[in-house]
Amino acid sequence: MRKLALNDEILLNIEKPARYIGNEVNSVMKDKNQVDIRFCMCFPDVYEIGMSHLGIQILYDMFNRREDVWCERVYSPWQDLDQVMRDENIPLFALESQDPIRNFDFLGITIQFEMCYTNILQILDLSHIPLHAVDRTEADPIVIGGGPCAYNPEPLAEFFDIFYIGEGETVYDQLLDLYKEWKKSGQSRIQFLEQAAEIPGLYVPIFYDAAYNEDGTLKSFTPNNIHAPARVKKQVVTEVTEAPYPMSPVVPFIKATQDRVVLEIQRGCIRGCRFCQAGMIYRPTRERNVDKLKEYARTMLENTGHEEISLSSLSSSDYSELKELVLFLIDAFRDKGINISLPSLRIDAFSLDVMSKVQDVRKSSLTFAPEAGSQRMRDVINKGLTEDDILEGAGQAFEGGWTKVKLYFMLGLPTETEEDMKEIARLSDRVARRYYEIPKEQRHGKCQITASSSFFVPKPFTPFQWAPMYTADEYVRRAAVVKSEFQEQLNRKSLKYNWHDAETTVLEGVMARGDRRVGKVIEEAYRLGCLFDSWTESFHNERWMKAFENTGIDIAFYNLRERTEDELFPWDFIDIGVSRKFLRREWDRAMEGQITPNCRMHCSGCGAASFGGGVCYESKN
Amino acid sequence: MKARIKFRKYGALRFIGHLDVMRFFQKVMRRADIPIAFTGGYSPHMIMSFASPLGIGLSSDGEYFDIELTEPIDSEDAVRRMNEACVEGIEVVSIRQIADEKKMTGMTILAGADYLINIKQGVLSDGWQERFHMFMEQPEIRIVKQTKRSEKKVDIRPMIWKWEIRGDRIFLQVASGSAQNLKPDLVMEAFVRFLDEKKDKTATVDRKAPRAEDFGYHRLEMYADMGVDGKRKLVTLESMGKEMRRAE
Repeated sequence: MRKLALNDEILLNIEKPARYIGNEVNSVMKDKNQVDIRFCMCFPDVYEIGMSHLGIQILYDMFNRREDVWCERVYSPWQDLDQVMRDENIPLFALESQDPIRNFDFLGITIQFEMCYTNILQILDLSHIPLHAVDRTEADPIVIGGGPCAYNPEPLAEFFDIFYIGEGETVYDQLLDLYKEWKKSGQSRIQFLEQAAEIPGLYVPIFYDAAYNEDGTLKSFTPNNIHAPARVKKQVVTEVTEAPYPMSPVVPFIKATQDRVVLEIQRGCIRGCRFCQAGMIYRPTRERNVDKLKEYARTMLENTGHEEISLSSLSSSDYSELKELVLFLIDAFRDKGINISLPSLRIDAFSLDVMSKVQDVRKSSLTFAPEAGSQRMRDVINKGLTEDDILEGAGQAFEGGWTKVKLYFMLGLPTETEEDMKEIARLSDRVARRYYEIPKEQRHGKCQITASSSFFVPKPFTPFQWAPMYTADEYVRRAAVVKSEFQEQLNRKSLKYNWHDAETTVLEGVMARGDRRVGKVIEEAYRLGCLFDSWTESFHNERWMKAFENTGIDIAFYNLRERTEDELFPWDFIDIGVSRKFLRREWDRAMEGQITPNCRMHCSGCGAASFGGGVCYESKN
Repeated sequence: MKARIKFRKYGALRFIGHLDVMRFFQKVMRRADIPIAFTGGYSPHMIMSFASPLGIGLSSDGEYFDIELTEPIDSEDAVRRMNEACVEGIEVVSIRQIADEKKMTGMTILAGADYLINIKQGVLSDGWQERFHMFMEQPEIRIVKQTKRSEKKVDIRPMIWKWEIRGDRIFLQVASGSAQNLKPDLVMEAFVRFLDEKKDKTATVDRKAPRAEDFGYHRLEMYADMGVDGKRKLVTLESMGKEMRRAE
């Protein structure tokens, strides 16, 4: 029997001990003496969140297909266990073998959102791995980061040995082969990193120097080692259908956020919303073959025993074989008690029809993401959704029996006026009005319109990367404007308005567009006790503010200025295929309120065609 | 038709709670392709009921749940398939056909259970065995039972049907189920309090209340009471079912 890293006394006194015992169905056990490389994959948040992440499942499966690699998993120990591990000096361990991570060859960390940065330091700290890459020796694992936040890795640069820019299916094999050779050779850690830096898509931060102008902006960013390229090119899988996909994903014992089979139907998005980072960094849009997906669905349901299957993509409605796939899923699995979940669908006659088949209309709610209240604002952000679309969709839904609608908005978008803010409330009211147009005897009581707004955070590699943000007070003021407008509405009793926290928005802003110097604040915040910052109950803004004060890092510099057209950005050394020229053109069009057609309607020449696949070549096949 | 599944739970799986064990077995049913019946309605769920939840930290050789089958299956084959769909720490022992009547479900007829309590080294000092004799020889053992709304004093002595010292372990047969239910940790709590009250320096734990991890609890078996006229006659829940053979 496996020996657990934590004893009974500890396990019985912490919340959800199942987070730490491993042994889940489809988790992979190997003989550690029979493998050359031990890789530990980490999602720096609590188990239930981390286990819901598709990317790790894909890489876990892909690595474990190799006989010479054993890939295991680790997640952030929750606050209760964190304290015990520090008090009793227990090193952080991987779930499968329960062995200390410090003894592994690689620690791979997926970086999905900014508010997990202190958790990354917790993982290193509890593993007894030096926080700074420069302090690590041949005895420490290679710490490698990936995921969307790796597209501006600079705030985390000091803590990682390597960042992997792009999709994991492409050059990991090359890196693992290289590592095996290096391990045999007896060369130094630096020599390994030099060779790794030559692999396309891999960024080794210690091989680059940043210099700054007097005003604090970046002056230059240059390699200091001949093995490091000046620009690092994002890696993409050209043929997604051919890419490995986990047929037997790990099934957690405890309920994870995503407790279902996930079918990734496509990567990328054709829409080009100007605030959306995913829409740019995952270009070009590439679809998986529908027959392959059908086969995957069947096999994965058999291998996991899950009772639900969900489609995953940035915009499912744009998948060209959506109808065929959805009808197949309903047909093949509905009467076997399998729930079918269809997120990110545009509301139209087809989607309402299938949704009425797969969910209880009276209980479920429909979601629209207009993102902005006024048409002017929606044109600025290039959200190709008109008010007619929304009211028409909502109307059809109400007539189909739905009474609950959720609306998602953003506040603090570039050029936003008081009128734009108020339109959020007014649009919500017009949706409610549409409901009450239905004759009383045909409708089911009151409708419930829930509008939520988050505050916009400009992200690298988007047309809005030049945009200024606001102070926390200003965000709160904007939310108050919306809130009071809601109280003016005719159907206010059917409307509900929630808004996102302003303090974390400010921090996200600093991390998202920060440079290397921001790493100091993260480390200081961690030293002051910040951890699980994305969890309201454990977020301490005052500690973060203290960290800024102690390190002399100025929030205003990162958030409040509009960046000039020619400013050198910390992330400019990364080549995502989409050109900076295109992004700037989109910024200019945004300022003029001009919309840009989607990739299928008209190619805008963003540059992603350089990858030689996907939607860019669809019509040319 | 109805069937009863007996399983064991041990090792790391002791830390999986009851609700998660239920979810685990729902997935096992699908992976093993057991023809289980569903309830109707918009969100159908498997017809599956557990005899008695097992607390976190406990291991067991005798856990039970009943399911409804849509077609006959072969017991031996089904046990093999289910075990292939399980992980180390959960092992299916048997699946047997049981009577269809509602009042015969494991949850309804459960009357008693056997437990083995492991006294971890250093928790009680030498000579605790004699003290346990004294403890059990009391005419009554009153404890305060916490319910959601109130506290009430109950005598748990009549609910302990059999007991025995087995080396470092205590064997207990106790009332279990909807009529009367006694958990073994309550017995050990009462025992530790008994030692405390006696100010017994030779045999006492150093803590006021023993914690769950001081004693390892292991459930051995669960029983129904098939006796008549108030005379107890315990039969294991497993023995109430019969093996299913695939029709040749």
